[in-house]
Amino acid sequence: MNKLILGRYFPGNSLIHHLDPRAKLVAAIAFILIAFLAGNVPGLVLLWLFTFLAMALSGVGFRIYLRGVRPLIWLILFTVLLQILFISGGRTYVEWGPFTVSSFGIETAVFIFSRFVTIIFFTTVVTLTTRPVDLTDGLTFLMRPLRLFHVPVDELSMMVSIALRFIPNLLDETQKIMDAQRARGAVFGEGSLFHQMKVLVPIFLPLFASSLNRGEELANVMDVRGYRAEARRSSFRQLHWRGRDTISMLALLALAAGLAALNLLA
Amino acid sequence: MEIKLSGVTADYQIGPIRSPLVLDHINLTVASGSFTAVVGPTGAGKSSLMKVLNGLILPEEGQAVIGQLVVRKGADKKTLKAVRKRVGLVFQFPESQIFAETVEKDICFGPLNFGATAEEACTIAADVIGQVGLDRTFLSKSPFSLSGGQKRRVAIAGILACRPDILLLDEPCAGLDPDGQSEILNLLTRWNRDYGMTIVLVTHDMDRVARYAQQAVVLVKGKIVFHDSVRRLFTDPARLKDWDLDLPEARRFQLKLEKHSGVALPGVCLTEEELAEALIKVGRV
Amino acid sequence: MSEPMIEVRNLSYTYRGRGEKSALSSVTFSVSRGEWLAVIGRNGAGKSTLAGLLVGLLKPQSGSIRINGQMLDETSEWALRRHMGIVFQNPDNQFIGTTVEDDVAFGLENENMPVAQMKVRVAEALKLVGLSGLRQADPSRLSGGQKQRVAIAGILALRPDILILDEAFVMLDPKSRRDLLSTLRRLAEATHLTILSITHDMDEAAASNRILVMQDGKIVNDGTPGQIFSTEKDLGAPFSERLRRILLAKGRRAPDQYMTEEEMVDWLWK
Repeated sequence: MNKLILGRYFPGNSLIHHLDPRAKLVAAIAFILIAFLAGNVPGLVLLWLFTFLAMALSGVGFRIYLRGVRPLIWLILFTVLLQILFISGGRTYVEWGPFTVSSFGIETAVFIFSRFVTIIFFTTVVTLTTRPVDLTDGLTFLMRPLRLFHVPVDELSMMVSIALRFIPNLLDETQKIMDAQRARGAVFGEGSLFHQMKVLVPIFLPLFASSLNRGEELANVMDVRGYRAEARRSSFRQLHWRGRDTISMLALLALAAGLAALNLLA
Repeated sequence: MEIKLSGVTADYQIGPIRSPLVLDHINLTVASGSFTAVVGPTGAGKSSLMKVLNGLILPEEGQAVIGQLVVRKGADKKTLKAVRKRVGLVFQFPESQIFAETVEKDICFGPLNFGATAEEACTIAADVIGQVGLDRTFLSKSPFSLSGGQKRRVAIAGILACRPDILLLDEPCAGLDPDGQSEILNLLTRWNRDYGMTIVLVTHDMDRVARYAQQAVVLVKGKIVFHDSVRRLFTDPARLKDWDLDLPEARRFQLKLEKHSGVALPGVCLTEEELAEALIKVGRV
Repeated sequence: MSEPMIEVRNLSYTYRGRGEKSALSSVTFSVSRGEWLAVIGRNGAGKSTLAGLLVGLLKPQSGSIRINGQMLDETSEWALRRHMGIVFQNPDNQFIGTTVEDDVAFGLENENMPVAQMKVRVAEALKLVGLSGLRQADPSRLSGGQKQRVAIAGILALRPDILILDEAFVMLDPKSRRDLLSTLRRLAEATHLTILSITHDMDEAAASNRILVMQDGKIVNDGTPGQIFSTEKDLGAPFSERLRRILLAKGRRAPDQYMTEEEMVDWLWK
């Protein structure tokens, strides 16, 4: 669990760290669509260059990004292998039963691989450089139109930010209870599946009890501090759209235009 | 049972942040039957030291010898289990480990894990519930219906039930009212005195150290900077300040009085009783 | 004398499903503006029930509570909560924001206060508790004592009349306790805040103007720290009083009433 990079925040002071979370969220979603515009080799090169530029500007080491790809590496390799082995066309290099390795297959594999990895890298840039609470704020803003359909956007956002706030406490507590039961001779991760499930009871029951207790206390605190779900609240954290956010949007637009142009030229 | 650490080094990983050398080449011998307090500022490595002694963290370098058992990098599971049986570890707020529907079942959890039969475990439970100062009617109660102090004692009984020779406790009094606190500490003193149980107590409260412990270990930034008698620990206030440690109230009052009067009282006073005796000796009261 | 800030009359409360015993029976007392009242007593004496009733988390079965002359009930509850705040035991479970200033602003956001005004209030409150340097810190970087001070700042930001502490010291280590106590002392001096602190900590009680002693849901003693420590021999006491009691027990020369530590030092060596 400690190795997971996606969804983790790396504090920093880079240009990307200072972008408005709304800009970054829009960019992440747009990038996923734009990646599919890259339809030829120059387009692919442009896509990679743009991704590397974003990564470099984020000020987070390249190694960290590689660690972000690692959990997905088998999925990626499997997909790539599928393309190589089953797509035929162009020059054929190897034929073996139902499998063919062809220039066409390899080409498709390169495209799939590039889109996959650039999308992971790019979304990781966004999550690594944005505090989860800012992401929530950005998302809340973007979901505002849903209020028209009576979606309780602000309540949902309050729930998410409280959940985010208590995740570290919950992880600590889990670790502590596990250690305490191990000190009483419990062994985890051994024996049959049924046995493994059974030994989790002494962890989950206390964890559940303490979470309920925590929830109750938190509800009391919110009550006493005057929180009412139905009342209008102002927000202390403010989002500020600046020139650099507009520039980042334009850069993205330029990428899309560039890729489209390369497709037309080819 | 004696504990002997030689050259123990440990580090700790939380998420992407790795703190190297939480324990930095620790050499420490805790004598069998002693009552030792481990003190030091927050983050000095006290909890990690406890976990090494219980085999929950394995040393990167060096080894911990507990009786005949050796905890070192790559120690096998059988050894670790044996260590955990010999060394009981009471975490801070231990009541958060309680999970069973009755006090008895919860106390039996440890003994059953360590291979006792159901019958043996029940006998042990009936025995240890008395040791923590509760009567047997508590065995059939739900732990969640008890008061804070009672829950704490049930949790400690759950550790005692494993029949350890050494008991490690991390702030066992945290969050209890003054009566509950002294009850727990008096129990520890009794087990130490009557059964020769080795006790290692981690605490921030110097009054408890002064009143209950015999030996003190000071841990600063993963290193042991002091290991001697409690009275010697509180002799030199300047040194304590360097280690970011408090003085017990009696000693603090003594120093204040000595500064005010310019007269030194005999000895280092650790409790109000000792201070009263010292005042009587110099004829002020 | 002006009207009392808190006026409690014949207040009773019994928890459902816990037998006949009432947690609070017919409790009457009042607290004047700017007074610091400590409520002490053993666990189960009804202290925390009292706190729950005062902030409207529990509803009294009989009796009444008036805050600044106004009766506390379901309709006035929300308005009155603007004038008081409570700090609970567990520093972790009352930290709502993801950073210090976020948390302090929580109550203000609930008031729908404009951002510019919030900024001023948050800065002012953090200065009062001495945490201006940690505005952006997240809770995992704070000690227990600092978290409790953030909780106090969150209340101060609303510029309240009453601050209630429900065993806010009990989970803290001695250093954090001293920290928090000196913050409270400063607040008591620098503001007109009425403080009601429910506590086991005798140093905290000694810092108050007046102490109520509770036992089995009733008030059994009411007086200045000096009066209470001199008469309630079974309860714990600050160090100087414990020393005085030992000297008395040994039949030695001792002050005839409670003294603070400074007074005691002077008395011992004039």
